Amino acid sequence: MTTFRSIKDTPREEFIAAGTAACAGCGGLEIIRLANKVLGEKVVYVNAAGCFTMLALYPFTPFRGSFLYTTMGSAPAGAQGVRDALDILRSKGRLATEDDLQVVVLAGDGSTYDIALSSTSGTLFRDLDYWYICYDNEAYGNTGVHQSSSTPLAAKTATTQSGVALSDAPYGRKDIFEIWRAHRPPYIATVSGAYPVDLMRKFEEAKQFHGPKMFLASAPCPTGWHFDPAKTNRYAKLEVECGLFPLKKAIHGEVTHTLVKNKWRPVEDYLRGQGRYAHLFEPVRQDEAIRTLQSGVDQYWNQYRDKGAPK
Amino acid sequence: MRRRMPDSRDREMLTGNVAAAWGARLAEVDYVPAFPITPQTEIVEKLSEWFHSGVMSGRYVNMDSEHSMLTAAGAAAATGARVFTATSSQGLLYGFELLYTIAGWRVPMVLVNVSRALASPITLEPDHNDVLAARDCGFLQIHAETCQEVLDSILMSYRLSEDPRVMLPVIVNLDGFYLSFTREPVELPDLDDVRKFLPAYQPTHASFRASKPMAQGIAVLGGSLYSYFRHQIQLAAENALAVHEEVAAEFESVFGRRYGLIDAYRMDNADYVLVMSNSFATKGRAAVDRFREKGIAAGLLRLRVLRPFPAAAIACALRGRKAIAVLDQNISIGFGGITHGEIASALYAERERPPLLSFIGALGGKDITIEEFDQILDDMQAASRSGETPPPRLLYTSTDQAQIDAFLKLAGKEVPA
Repeated sequence: MTTFRSIKDTPREEFIAAGTAACAGCGGLEIIRLANKVLGEKVVYVNAAGCFTMLALYPFTPFRGSFLYTTMGSAPAGAQGVRDALDILRSKGRLATEDDLQVVVLAGDGSTYDIALSSTSGTLFRDLDYWYICYDNEAYGNTGVHQSSSTPLAAKTATTQSGVALSDAPYGRKDIFEIWRAHRPPYIATVSGAYPVDLMRKFEEAKQFHGPKMFLASAPCPTGWHFDPAKTNRYAKLEVECGLFPLKKAIHGEVTHTLVKNKWRPVEDYLRGQGRYAHLFEPVRQDEAIRTLQSGVDQYWNQYRDKGAPK
Repeated sequence: MRRRMPDSRDREMLTGNVAAAWGARLAEVDYVPAFPITPQTEIVEKLSEWFHSGVMSGRYVNMDSEHSMLTAAGAAAATGARVFTATSSQGLLYGFELLYTIAGWRVPMVLVNVSRALASPITLEPDHNDVLAARDCGFLQIHAETCQEVLDSILMSYRLSEDPRVMLPVIVNLDGFYLSFTREPVELPDLDDVRKFLPAYQPTHASFRASKPMAQGIAVLGGSLYSYFRHQIQLAAENALAVHEEVAAEFESVFGRRYGLIDAYRMDNADYVLVMSNSFATKGRAAVDRFREKGIAAGLLRLRVLRPFPAAAIACALRGRKAIAVLDQNISIGFGGITHGEIASALYAERERPPLLSFIGALGGKDITIEEFDQILDDMQAASRSGETPPPRLLYTSTDQAQIDAFLKLAGKEVPA
């Protein structure tokens, strides 16, 4: 069924060169490095303004495939134009079949959750045949770490100095997975760099679907979350193990969790050590905020438990 | 397709909008991303119908905003397709970011703008603040007076846009309502002739192919790199002046109609010159005819290619006149008429500069009456006699004021004395 049974099955071929302007320990970069191994070299990335706009800097590009920078608010529409043009040129005999490309939007959470949401919605509505990778570092990272609607409760950013307050965002960060799922695209998945086999399997599985293939990727950010760049993988793993970032997929809207545990680690294990949450522990422990974050995780998993074991 | 000879029998009564749609159809565009906005909508309705029926091949797609529409248009052009789209007013401003972006990509495409005045207050009828807001972005601009010119300018624009010396997108402008919904006889060029004049687009410098990976639109860091690319755009736009003349000559040889960078009407020995653009220039022509009947040597200079700005051609056309009145159908708030300022700069290097008067009128589609043209002529004659240029005049008649007064009264407000 899958060519990815263990980490040893990871293709050795690299499609994104090292030595980019990305920060040391960038969690998002690991995501696209792995994803591109599954997608192969016939890709054109359509990029929205964000950290990864800094990957291709004139006169260099780290991508073996093609790349188009668009705007912050309309990379999905850019994918529409590229996909449509490739299809038109093929049907008119002006593009050889072997010259065709897979179109991949590369966007951060600021673009995905906020400014390009209607543009994404349009492509989902029109069933555009493309890939979408949101490298979600839970803030407008490239501008200097500012609050986005993906920034979690209590997290400090340069525009939420005391952490995101309940009074500012009483319902927590947007659930972009569910927003996407409400459009009923053929494939949605969450992926984490700490679970590379799960990630590669999902990209592999999604290949069979025509239409939007949406990926929400956990992208721990040493610069924005304030932790040692050597610990990116540790935080990626903890985010999943504490139940904060469920690994799941939705095929034609039906949700399946690809990692289920009977007991998740307490969220405190994940929060501790990240500078953006330091105020929850020092100088005075903020029990209520920690409890609120924990209860958010509990509620998420309980909604599935109540309907039987989470799938 | 039946061969059409340039004969009056082959003219059809078309609105400006349908003429624009015919321009796209005859250019055999591959791709039309669309979004509705009054008064442009008839263009995309027509194109949708033609793609649906199969007389046009490729794809028409309904987008979710002008911002998305222009992104898709530019991205498809960057992939190698021939692209057309249309918008108006608020739509142009909503997608504004893309105008700079696409021009910077150096990809060819044609965008028709159907001029409509900008909010606030929200309204429907035309002036040119929308399209002139886009004058600095790198899209070339051609402003059309007639339905025939709309169609012809679209065909010419693809040639201009796809020329390797230019490689810049083009806006073709027409006035909402006055031209978009006015039927005029339009000669539909023969498709074989169009193909001769405008061969299929063969992208050379920008496309996406698996065998030829390319990074387009990527970031630069530092002013030296940025300036280099911005200068390239400026030089390409400057090239477009000469390329336009080549294209216009070839267009004339195939279709028998000649379009200049500027359009001179009764300019021979004209002492008093009106400078106008777009469909209201037709009113200017009528005024010139009336003045000529009275024995006054009046003429009209119509601005057609606004970007690149044909400063030399304008300076040459205005040399030796007694007075010039620029009638701007736009207003740069806090400055005045936009083209007045540009024409003043074109004339600055002249040894002898005639009085250059500024009039701002026809905002939001307001008419320009015969009396107002008479006033403009009076002002020109007075300025010529005295050598003094009066301050800019905002055209507003007592009839206009009476309408406001009546509405104020209706609203129970005090009517100012």
